[in-house]
Amino acid sequence: MQTDPNPKKSKDSPSNSDSTESTQSASPFPDDVLGKVLSFLNSDKDRSSVSLVCKDWYNAERWTRTKLFIGNCYSVSPEIVATRFPKITSVTLKGKPRFSDFNLVPQNWGADVHYWLVMFAKVYPFLEELRLKRMTVSDESLEILATAFPGFRALSLMSCDGFSTDGLKSVATHCRNLTELDIQDTDIDDFNGGWLSCFPENFGSLEVLNFASLDSEVNFDALERLVSRCKSLRVLKVNKSITLDQLQRLLLRAPQLMELGTGSFQQELLPGQFGDLESAFSNCKNLRTLSGLWEVTSVYLPVLYAACTSLTFLNLSYAALRSVEFGNLIAYCPNLRRLWVLDTVEDKGLEAVGSSCPLLEELRVFPADPFDQQLHRGVTELGFVAVSRGCSKLHYVLYFCWQMTNAAVATIVQNCPNFTHFRLCIMNPGRPDYLTNEPMDEAFGAVVKTCTKLQRLSVSGLLTDLTFEYIGKHAKNLETLSVAFAGSSDLGMQCVLEGCPKLRKLEIRDCPFGNAALLSGLEKYEKMRSLWMSSCNVTITACQQLAREMPRLNVEVMKDKESDDSQADKVYVYRSVAGPRRDAPPFVLTL
Amino acid sequence: MEKTPDKISSSSEKNEVLNLKETELRLGLPGSEFLDKKATGFSLFGKDLKDENNKNIFSGAKRVFSDAIDGSNKWGLCTNRGSEVDLGKNDVLFSPRGANGGVKNTNILQSSHPAKEVPPQPVEGKKDENGSTASKAQVVGWPPIRSLHKNRLTTNLSRNNDVKGKSESSCLYVKVSMDGAPYLRKVDLKTYCSYAELSSALEKMFSCFTIGQYASHGLRGKEDLNECHLMDLLDRSEYVLTYEDKDGDWMLVGDVPWEMFTDMCKRLRIMKGSEASGLAPRVIEKCKSQN
Repeated sequence: MQTDPNPKKSKDSPSNSDSTESTQSASPFPDDVLGKVLSFLNSDKDRSSVSLVCKDWYNAERWTRTKLFIGNCYSVSPEIVATRFPKITSVTLKGKPRFSDFNLVPQNWGADVHYWLVMFAKVYPFLEELRLKRMTVSDESLEILATAFPGFRALSLMSCDGFSTDGLKSVATHCRNLTELDIQDTDIDDFNGGWLSCFPENFGSLEVLNFASLDSEVNFDALERLVSRCKSLRVLKVNKSITLDQLQRLLLRAPQLMELGTGSFQQELLPGQFGDLESAFSNCKNLRTLSGLWEVTSVYLPVLYAACTSLTFLNLSYAALRSVEFGNLIAYCPNLRRLWVLDTVEDKGLEAVGSSCPLLEELRVFPADPFDQQLHRGVTELGFVAVSRGCSKLHYVLYFCWQMTNAAVATIVQNCPNFTHFRLCIMNPGRPDYLTNEPMDEAFGAVVKTCTKLQRLSVSGLLTDLTFEYIGKHAKNLETLSVAFAGSSDLGMQCVLEGCPKLRKLEIRDCPFGNAALLSGLEKYEKMRSLWMSSCNVTITACQQLAREMPRLNVEVMKDKESDDSQADKVYVYRSVAGPRRDAPPFVLTL
Repeated sequence: MEKTPDKISSSSEKNEVLNLKETELRLGLPGSEFLDKKATGFSLFGKDLKDENNKNIFSGAKRVFSDAIDGSNKWGLCTNRGSEVDLGKNDVLFSPRGANGGVKNTNILQSSHPAKEVPPQPVEGKKDENGSTASKAQVVGWPPIRSLHKNRLTTNLSRNNDVKGKSESSCLYVKVSMDGAPYLRKVDLKTYCSYAELSSALEKMFSCFTIGQYASHGLRGKEDLNECHLMDLLDRSEYVLTYEDKDGDWMLVGDVPWEMFTDMCKRLRIMKGSEASGLAPRVIEKCKSQN
């Protein structure tokens, strides 16, 4: 991982401790060259390693770092960051624990970007990019963002909350050089679509515009003019309010698009319009990604066929297609690398994937009806096996199903041994192998034994401690593990904490792991980004002990209303150089 | 994958259903049978559950009802469309009234306060108010799907279902009548992918049928019917295939793309040619102008 970026220099440059002053000294050669060389380093891991070599290198690195990545906003503070890195132009910040996506974290938990922005406004006036994930962002913060950074170019908000379309108005109005506005999976107060009309008439720098998760109607004329002006637009993802004939007009203006998210795909089209739409799509020669397709009815799918040949990513996770119409569509997509579908396509649809998409690397199958307790339609183990047979390059899977067998998973990983991300969700918690009635231990055993490159694993079904013994023993590259309704005793979690040398994120819910398990990982947690445990058997006392013995960890507990005083219902443990949170709400107990 | 039929027939599933029924909130004296049986079957499942053993269902009603009175929002009950029902709201308590209208098109409600987490099975001795009923109650945050995705999807799906007029069937049987035939037939439109297939199937069913000729271009997608050809056939053939659409109008088969046709077709009629010439005046005029 760490290649010496400057092999010749290391012999010549002095590594003395007062080199901080010599940064601007007479001999420009060592520092300038070092700085120049280091500026080519982009990977954070590499930069981290470089900064540990010696003080010279630490300083050279901090002066040349322009991109800041903070995986847990509470692991560090704005002040510390501002002091260490003076020249940041791009910031990525992640906030809440991932289980907040599933309503396990109460509102107002934190991860507010506001104080970060206030600091950035002071220290990084040349900030150009801000990418936030699971953070709370207020309209006020967006106002600061829009006005304090004259060169600001790219804003990406993923799974964020707390703002409204008023905030977007500020951004559209003031960010003269905006190239990217990307809003994903974000539930905000959508007052109206007027924000889009706030882009000035002479503004034409957008390259990425994604407002698919906003619901209200935008002024179409304003959008059409905007798209016409933005000659470099390569990503356009509109929302449901955009109709098919409007889409056709947009495509005429932007045939250069590489990524398209359509609006509603259901409309009574006149025959002429159908043809126009079809030719508009076939004119988009650069289309690589297609998504949207809200309310799609199969009638209009053929308009896409011409554009499908060049597609590498097809996102049908909002399109409830059935197996036949989906099979017809997928036959036109031989170059697909990534596919997201709903389980309405059923096993038959997945068989079509196996035969049509030999280059497939990533498959995500989402449930159309996740609470369907009785009929259990959707996909089964057969569909998964069919894909694995046809797509040997598959390495990323997220699969929601109601039944699975150990044998099927063993076959799958034999067909595709290169899995890096294996996320299997059997939607009935604690469900055994439906043919043999045994636990699903051997399935995940097969996964970790065969897939040596595995980085991320989500387990489900009826699992005993044996699964975790396998994981601890074999999953040498595992970085993220998600566990729910599994395990038999503390031993399970202990195995994982004692094995898995590269573990960074461990999230557990509803498992019989208790204090012994929690405390067995004392040393480990400092090497990890975070641990989440909810609805397990952990007590507050144990958490207090953890907090006492590991002062560089933040140990936070949230209690459910009706549980015993001693129970630690939700535990969130993470390493931090910033000390305990100062903005914790009353329901978060910092121990 | 085996599909569970709508009518719950296997005994284990019946037991699960019965258990769910035990926790249903109902008006009425504890343990008593309800007057309105239809509402009973409908209330939280959206299905017409014909259950002969009504008496067994209500044996536990007393306990459930008093639990409900407490107002404790302890569990979310499972409905047909998976709505997380907030027990604090009045309309749930009055389930017989809410039943007939409410269930089918409700979106998944995302309550602002997460509902209490209930373990799916009695795990490590956690208190389980209703025994095995908890196994079917919804658990917070499970399955692990983003709430945004869930909400969006339900809107999409319920809208699609409304538009298509059928919820979970994968077959589409329509009646086929032929003028002069003593009885009608039924065909499943879903088993065909094109007009050609349909017409050859109908041909087999009604052997003196000649419609296959003009639909044999293999119409798909936006390919339009060759109107002049139709004109020829109409002149020559004895019979013409027509269908009744959603608005109740009788239309000539073959004008629209196949998928649109299957969505719109309510029944088919094989009409005598002499009657059919009055059906497609636009087509005839177009042909005349082209000629």
